[in-house]
Order: sequence, then C-alpha cells, then structure tokens
Amino acid sequence: MDKLIEIVQQLVNGVSLGSIYALIALGYTMVYGVLRFINFAHGDIYMLGAYSGYLLAPLFAQIFKFGEFDTFTPQNTLFILSGASLVLILSMAICALIGVLIERIAYRPLRQRPRLNVLITAIGVSLFLQNITQFRMGADPKAFPQLIPVHVVDGLGSLTILTSQLAIILATILLLIILRFIVMKTKMGLAMRALSLNPTACSIMGVNNDVVISFTFALGSALAAAAGILVSMDSPSINPLMGNLPGIKAFVAAVLGGIGNIPGAALGGLIIGILETLVVAIGFPQWRDGIAFAVLIVILLFKPTGILGKIEREKV
Amino acid sequence: MSRALLILIAALLACLFVSLFCESFIALRYAYYYDILITIGINVVLATSLNLVNGYTGQFSLGHAGFMAVGAYASGSWSNHLDPYILGLLGGVNNPVATNAAFLISMLFAGILAAIAGFAVGVPSLRLKGDYLAIVTLGFGEIIRVAILNTDFLGASRGLSVIGSFTNLFWTYGSVVVCVYLVLSLVHSTFGRGFITVRDDELAAEAMGINTTKYKVLAFIIASFFAGVAGALYAHFKAFITPEGFNFFRSVDVVVFVILGGMGSTVGVILAAVMLTILPEALRALAHTQFVPPAYQGLLENRLILYSLLLILLMLTRPQGLFGDPIAIRKRLTRSRGN
Repeated sequence: MDKLIEIVQQLVNGVSLGSIYALIALGYTMVYGVLRFINFAHGDIYMLGAYSGYLLAPLFAQIFKFGEFDTFTPQNTLFILSGASLVLILSMAICALIGVLIERIAYRPLRQRPRLNVLITAIGVSLFLQNITQFRMGADPKAFPQLIPVHVVDGLGSLTILTSQLAIILATILLLIILRFIVMKTKMGLAMRALSLNPTACSIMGVNNDVVISFTFALGSALAAAAGILVSMDSPSINPLMGNLPGIKAFVAAVLGGIGNIPGAALGGLIIGILETLVVAIGFPQWRDGIAFAVLIVILLFKPTGILGKIEREKV
Repeated sequence: MSRALLILIAALLACLFVSLFCESFIALRYAYYYDILITIGINVVLATSLNLVNGYTGQFSLGHAGFMAVGAYASGSWSNHLDPYILGLLGGVNNPVATNAAFLISMLFAGILAAIAGFAVGVPSLRLKGDYLAIVTLGFGEIIRVAILNTDFLGASRGLSVIGSFTNLFWTYGSVVVCVYLVLSLVHSTFGRGFITVRDDELAAEAMGINTTKYKVLAFIIASFFAGVAGALYAHFKAFITPEGFNFFRSVDVVVFVILGGMGSTVGVILAAVMLTILPEALRALAHTQFVPPAYQGLLENRLILYSLLLILLMLTRPQGLFGDPIAIRKRLTRSRGN
C-alpha cells in the first residue's frame, strides 16, 4: 500500500511538472506547424510571463488581498481564484502581444530565407529577451507574490498534493480544452490546420497567412505565459534565465510527441515531466536536467517523427 | 617545400620570438592587455575550428563549449595528476623545456580526448539537419556540462584548480597558426572540397558519390580537437575552471563569431573573434566614462545584449556575415525550403 501511494505521489508530481512542459511545448509545436521552424525564444516568453505576473500582482494585491489568506476555505475559494485568474489572463495577453511583436519584427522579414537564418535570429531574440530583462529587473532571483495560498490538500491520507500542484493540473486541463476548441471548432483553427498542411494552397483559398501566423504566435505565447505564472505559484522564485531549461525540455517534449502535432506536444510534456520526476525519485537528482536531452537523442535517432508525428519526405 | 608550409613555419617562429622577447614585458607591464591578447587567441582557435563545421561544412553546432570543457578538464587533471612524473622525467619544474613539453603533451591529450568526444557526438547527431542538429549538439554540450558537474574527481560544482600556468603567447598563437593553417589547407585541398560540397548541396554531393557522413563527422572531429586545445589553453591560463564557464552562452559566443565573420570565411571569422573580444572590453571602458549615465552602464557592460542585437540585425540585413562569400551564401538563400 505504501508503495502504491509512493507511486501515485510521484505520478502526481510528474504530471504537474509535465503540465508545465506541455503548455510550453504546445507553443513550439504550433509555431512549427505553421512556419516549420523552432522558435528558440519561446522559453523566454515563459520567463516574461512569470515577470509580467510579478509586475502585475502588486497592482491588484489590495483588491484581491494577495498573500493574506493562509488556506482555501469554501468562502474564499472563488475570490482567490478570480484574483489569480485575472493576473493569469492579463499576463497571457501581454505575452501574446510580445509574441506577435517578435514575429512581426524579427521573423516575418525572414520568412523566405533558409531555416538556419531564422534559427539564428531566434537565438538572438532569446538572448535579447533574457538580457534585457536582466538589465531592467536585475539578475538576482525575485520572490513571486503569492497568488493562491499554497498548502497540502486535505483528505488525501498520506498523499501530499499541494494546492499549487492541483492548480497547475486543473488550469492546464482547462487551457488544453480551450485550445482544442479553438483549433478544431473555430475558423481561425481551421485556417491554422490548413496552413500547416500547405501554406500556398491555404493562401489561394483566401486565408491571410500572416494573420494566422500572428494568431498562432499569440496563442503559443499566451500558453507559455500561463505556464510561467503557474510554475511561479508552485516555486515562487523567478529569474531572467528561468526559461532556458524548461524551454529546451519543452522542445524535447514537442519532438517526443511529434513536432507539429498538438495532442503529441501535450503527451510529450507529460512523459518528460513524469520521467524527470522518476529520475529524481530513484535517486539521481543531479541528472534530472540530463534526462530530457537523453530522451531527445534517443528519439531523434530511432523515431525522429515522434510518437504521434507523421513522416515528411524531403523532395529534391 | 610548399609556400603554405613555409608561411606556417615562419609564423610559428614569429610567435616563438615574440613570446621569448616580449612575453614577460607585456605580461608584467600591461597585464590587462596581456589577458585580452590571450583571450583573443583562444577565441580565434574556437571560432576558426567551429567555422569548419558551421561554415565550410554547412552544419550547425551549438555545443562547441562542451568540447572546450572536455579539453579544459582533460588537460587540467592531466597536469594536476601526471605532470609531477613527467616533469621529473624531463628534468624538473625549473627547466623551461620540460614544462613546455609537459604542456604540449597535456594539450595534445586534451585535443585527442575532445576529438573522441566529438566523434561520439558526431556519429549519431550528424544524421540530423539544421535546427534539429543545433538542438542535439546543444543537448550534448549540456550533458557534458552536467556530467562534469556530477564528477567528484573533476571538482564537480566546486571547480578545478589547475596547477601550472603554462599558457603563453607562443602556445596560444602557435595553436592559432596551426589551426588556421590546417583548416585553410584542408578546405582548399582536393579532398577538402568535399566539405564545401556537403554544404552547397548535400543531395547532389551524395549523388556524386561523396560520403557526406564521413565529411561531416571528420569536420566535427577536427573542430572538437581544436576546441579541446582551446580548452587546454584556457585551463592553463585561468588556472581555475568551473563547469559554468562552459555553458550554453559560451557556445553562443563562438557561434556569434562565426556568423558575424561570415560562415565559411576564415579571415572574416578571425576578424570577428578579435573584434568581439575587444568590443565588450571597449564598451566596458566606455560605460565608465562621464558620457554614459549610470543607469545605462549595465546596457553597455552586458555583451550578450550587444551580441543578440548583432545577430538579429545581421540576419535581417546581411545574413552572409561581414566577410562571408556572398555568392555561395546567396545560393543557399535562394534554394527553396523544400516542404
């Protein structure tokens, strides 16, 4: 029984970590879907999401009494959640705007160039975002304000689940449902899917590709920003370089699930999160950052299309 | 004897003379500039060697710092553990011939170990292309760093003190000369045309019977060897190394040298490495003059802000780099993106 609880415990930890990777990975995979390039700066949007939450929270601290509640009670739950959601949604909107701007300024002029050029630009954008944040906000870690009270969820016996972990998992599920709706049921989603199949045919059919690409960047950046806020609720220390590793791991997740494939990214994120938790649980905590790369190398060598991806042939 | 070989020997002799007669003078009187001079040399070796992979062969490696780390740690621990015996055999600590010979041995060891690492990384990852290759090499670079971070023998996160500050102008610029000579004569030889063919059109190269994998792996091995040598120079110059000194940003530095100089132009890459080593120092000096308000000092002192803007602007306006071959690169640009 103890063993079982231990396994469930690690699984919950893994899923909450994996949810973060999944949210970031979705941005990678959607941008890859429409533009066929890896947006290296995506991890830094996640960092900017955390920072916009950090800057926004004090504005609403008085109204929503951030940090004044110690526990969730039936009376205050709705109040706390509405405050946290407001910060979350505003940060998502800010980062969506930043994502669109980045695409407009740095990537769009290079659309017809080889991927390598765009990749180099993306590395440049990533470094720029990190260092300009470092310049404006300082390189030292900042304490993220408490948006929701973090404590162990009651009534689960010896299972330790934090409210923040629960918030991550629930918010991720909600965001995934919304994303699924946008991609499958709206006209914009239809255009996104069409664009990822064939850009030329898509524009001949009367779709404005530029608008769709901007929308994709907005969507991906908003999800990354949400991940940034959610992760900061769980471990409230943010710094300008925090986007590096999660960004790369999320990329691995996207490749693992099959890059360009939206459910694949979510699946890949969960797998990477669970694997990483397992590596720590079986006693190799120092190697947790290495496992994602190992997975990446293995997957690229044996099944480069990922779990749910499909083969793309190179035409001469 | 061919002309190129004569130039090589002359250049090596020049390095030796400068080192013998000016070294201690510069090192003592102008320690700051001496430091920059050595750093320039190390960066030129890194940039020239990476240019073989990223420039001439048209691959994209983002893990050069990883191989530099292998070299730095290899030569560092070699010197720490084996130099007492080697120096004993060769004639003592005070004998300059013995210390320099010992350093050469540790440098070669570093290079060979890094080359082996390059082979191990190159064989699986060079099957990939473009952005995937970039991420995988980045991943390998990080794995090397994490591995060192977890190896107690190498000092783990505490860092490693390296005994013997053997790096001097001769070894630094001697390595530069050898590296440049090797890369240039390689890509200009009949055999070496293969590298450029792989870059220009991999499918056509393969159709012509060129073993593209062999060329890619070879380029990777040679580049890793010199990254290892640069690591050895660095380790014996700083006398103290930590895994953090070889992180992703270190790799980015080298990539920026190559891109700014122009992928596939050795002269350009060397100039870019020199310029971008001096520029942050110059900007730092500028930041502390009265012309710059204190609030903006950080902006000038952070070299990565500058590098990142350089990268973006360069890709937007002049993707072939400052000195790159416009024709060869234009060919790569106009090629369809193959969906």
